[in-house]
Amino acid sequence: MSTPGETGTEAWPLWEVFVRANRGLSHVHVGSLHAPDADMAVRNARDLYTRRNEGVSIWVVPADAVTTSDPDAKGAFFESPAGKNYRHAVYYTKSEGVKHL
Amino acid sequence: MTAPADLTVVENEAAQARFDDLIAQDSRIEPRDWMPDAYRKTLIRQISQHAHSEIIGMQPESNWISRAPSLKRKAILLAKVQDEAGHGLYLYSAAQTLGIGREEMMQQLIEGRARYSSIFNYTTPTWADMGAIGWLVDGAAICNQVPLCRASYGPYGRAMVRICKEESFHQRQGFEILLELMQGTEAQREMAQDAVNRWYWPSLMMFGPPDDESPNSAQSMAWNIKRFSNDDLRQRFVGMLVPQAEVLGVTLPDPNLAWNEERQAYDMSEIDWTEFHEVLAGRGPANAERLRRRREAHEEGAWVREAAAEYARKQALKQQSAA
Repeated sequence: MSTPGETGTEAWPLWEVFVRANRGLSHVHVGSLHAPDADMAVRNARDLYTRRNEGVSIWVVPADAVTTSDPDAKGAFFESPAGKNYRHAVYYTKSEGVKHL
Repeated sequence: MTAPADLTVVENEAAQARFDDLIAQDSRIEPRDWMPDAYRKTLIRQISQHAHSEIIGMQPESNWISRAPSLKRKAILLAKVQDEAGHGLYLYSAAQTLGIGREEMMQQLIEGRARYSSIFNYTTPTWADMGAIGWLVDGAAICNQVPLCRASYGPYGRAMVRICKEESFHQRQGFEILLELMQGTEAQREMAQDAVNRWYWPSLMMFGPPDDESPNSAQSMAWNIKRFSNDDLRQRFVGMLVPQAEVLGVTLPDPNLAWNEERQAYDMSEIDWTEFHEVLAGRGPANAERLRRRREAHEEGAWVREAAAEYARKQALKQQSAA
């Protein structure tokens, strides 16, 4: 299932845009835009999403190339971690008061 | 898109309950979530109208790009108009996540089937209008839009966060234009006051009809799309304007504007809603002109869009045969 917004019927495809705000940070999704090809998508993304130095790097991905988890599965798909609080450090209380632990 | 028709009655009820739950928790609805048809329709209408307003909103100001009084002012105006285009694009993208196509929205606008904010149907005969638009029109827009950053539909709220960050520059530059005029010659002060006189009431109308005549407001508030009523926002806006007008040295054109100690709010004259409805009905000073220009721009740009799509197609073919 692709990202929402791509109808597959428009003259220019939809692209999802990701921007790295600064060195040391991940690219983060900022929005989407229409463009005829990847080069134009990068240029349009620069003009649309980085008019005020918001980024040092841009990714564009065709919206129909993005696969998302099944929205109807809702909670079930993410059920596995539920009840497994032993995966979190706060589960272990006996070390309370012991330094550097 | 989710197809509610495919869901059984039980599934539909469960989906509705989950939706209600998310709204009750003041959480966010995301594109893939089930949502009531009316919620989807309301959002598509509101977001696309908002996008159209940004796009049409470029026109009154583009009028002054070639005539700005200095290179600095021209650069600022260009940046501002470019921002409006950007805001339109953020909002079209957000609307698309609800299942409407970009081209469909464009068609609705150029065929005159969609609405946009009636404020952009007023003309901009003087340079001071650039100041009044920034200060009053963008000011009213910010007042309206800040609460929309918390709208329950995720993509809309996120688009509004970006827009609000950029709008504050718009309002300040408008204020500065008026301030400079007010510190200028007598003729410049008159020009500034005249622009404020013409834009004050239309900017107050931007908040929409009074609460008792705004039938959709209650539902929008129940869905956490809208956070404050039209009249509350209007009142808040006037409260911000009064001290700003004092700094500028301009008079707000309402003889009944006065602080009411008891209500802790400003009393003001009745708004002339016949004017609002006339402009909304397409009989404003520039309705036809705005649509005509939008249609022309769209049609004159067709060859560029087609050439770019064709170039992309050929490049893709070339790459395929090379591989």
